[in-house]
Amino acid sequence: MVLLAFFLILPLYLDAYFLHIMIMTFLFAYLSRSWDLIGGYTGQNFWGPSAIFGIGGYTSTLLFFYFKLSPWLGMLIGGILGMIVGILLCYVSSRFSVKGIYFGLATLTFSQICMTIVLNVDAFGGVNGVLLPLIKGNSLFQFQFHGKIPYYYISFFMMVLSIYVMHYIERTKSGYYYVAIREDEDAAQALGVDTLKYKLIPTGIGCFFLAMGGTLHAQYLLFVNPDFFGLPFTIEMIIRSILGGVGTLFGPIIGSFILTPLSEISRGFLGGYRGVHMMIYGVIMILFMLFLPRGVGTWLEKLYDYLESFFEGKIRFSG
Amino acid sequence: MDLLRIANLTKKFGGLVAVNGFNLTLEKGEIGGLIGPNGAGKTTIFNLISGYFKPDAGEIYFSEENLVGLKPDKICKKGVVRTFQIVKPFFNLTVLKNVMIGAFNRTDHPGISEKRSLEVLEFLELSDKKDYPIESLTIVERKRLELARSLATQPQLLLLDEVAGGLNPSEVEDLIAILRRINKDGVTLLMIEHVMRTIASLANKIAVINYGTKISEGRPFEVLKDPNVVKAYLGEAYQIAEDK
Repeated sequence: MVLLAFFLILPLYLDAYFLHIMIMTFLFAYLSRSWDLIGGYTGQNFWGPSAIFGIGGYTSTLLFFYFKLSPWLGMLIGGILGMIVGILLCYVSSRFSVKGIYFGLATLTFSQICMTIVLNVDAFGGVNGVLLPLIKGNSLFQFQFHGKIPYYYISFFMMVLSIYVMHYIERTKSGYYYVAIREDEDAAQALGVDTLKYKLIPTGIGCFFLAMGGTLHAQYLLFVNPDFFGLPFTIEMIIRSILGGVGTLFGPIIGSFILTPLSEISRGFLGGYRGVHMMIYGVIMILFMLFLPRGVGTWLEKLYDYLESFFEGKIRFSG
Repeated sequence: MDLLRIANLTKKFGGLVAVNGFNLTLEKGEIGGLIGPNGAGKTTIFNLISGYFKPDAGEIYFSEENLVGLKPDKICKKGVVRTFQIVKPFFNLTVLKNVMIGAFNRTDHPGISEKRSLEVLEFLELSDKKDYPIESLTIVERKRLELARSLATQPQLLLLDEVAGGLNPSEVEDLIAILRRINKDGVTLLMIEHVMRTIASLANKIAVINYGTKISEGRPFEVLKDPNVVKAYLGEAYQIAEDK
């Protein structure tokens, strides 16, 4: 609650640069949280989230560009489209027994195929992408604002929503089944888990959210380009989840709060020397992997447990 | 009425006939045993019944319903549940949550699932370990957990793949008592076992398999005296020596 209030009043004290960092942090926390439902909880090697992300961004932008459809509606349509594509991808793969890292490669390739299609179709804007037609003034209905503050609240809200949805799912039968499938698919099946069904459901939900994230990013930048489908987005999403703790509620969020500011700030300070910020970023990543291989979130949890038992013990001792 | 009726079950892996025209019937409330030398095809039969393999020929009827072609989870829903010889716990879940996955087979409600799981854990004397991670369990406890998970699905027929393997004599005694009680509660058992003590004191019907073919069937002590069985286990030489 305190944290919630803190983030709600925070933008009043931030300048545009730090607002930008916070927006990117929320966005990647949201994306990484959505990916983690598929890749972390259910344990599928879904290496093509940027495909779904791009589909969402392009759907809403093109609908606005050609038909003046409100991006909010476009967001919903993109979400549904992303969901359908994700489910199809997962269904077809399991139909032909494409599993494990091969499923990973299939999804990765799929994102590259999407990128190639977008690059070569003029209606999709080709190499330059699509610039959103600007409208005058702020408009909530058209999802365009001049300042960054509205984007701050929208992305913050979406991040909280993604956490809440995951928190809810975790407590249902489905949530238990996803984790069982990750741990041992054969054993889960022996205990009555319809493994195909319980892989498709989280994939659908996760892709719905991923695609909506695409719209948010497109509205924030006010353009889409083929980079939306690129490998960097996929890596950024997955790495945040891994660093924070795969398959934990707050892991991807913590990962994003560490990595996103780090990447933005190092780019800001060292951007003059080409590539240096990526090197520092890389070194820090390696250090985290080396010392906290199960994620920062898991480590924090253990630290909390330790402190709790430590203080409890102390109180009992003195009393 | 027969609860389980297997007729002419055959499974080939390439040129190898793993199970060849296998027949077996089990009535409700019975305890059946499946024994045979290593590689005889016992686990393959379990994989066929529980839907992990598709038979090349033959029928498997459970309560007059054909199970052939159904997926393992559908077969589990019908009430036929198997355990694995090499236990497959969900490693990153606690003991209780492991069992809850099984209990969700009959309910959608987490509260009911938890209650049912706690009952099963109580019955198998694992209650005090319910919040422990799997790594902290001994092999005996892991085998019990495997049993607990399967029981939580509320099966009618339980297929036990070497649940007594690796246990010491006193642990085997405990297990026999537990299996008796499970059976008394109305669960039919079919067990693969190498520990003769377990199977001889529990089963009322044993089928012996060698090279995928059933070589003997009957009550435990009749079967163990059957010359074919002695030959399969101990070889020709012993047979001749005894005849003299």
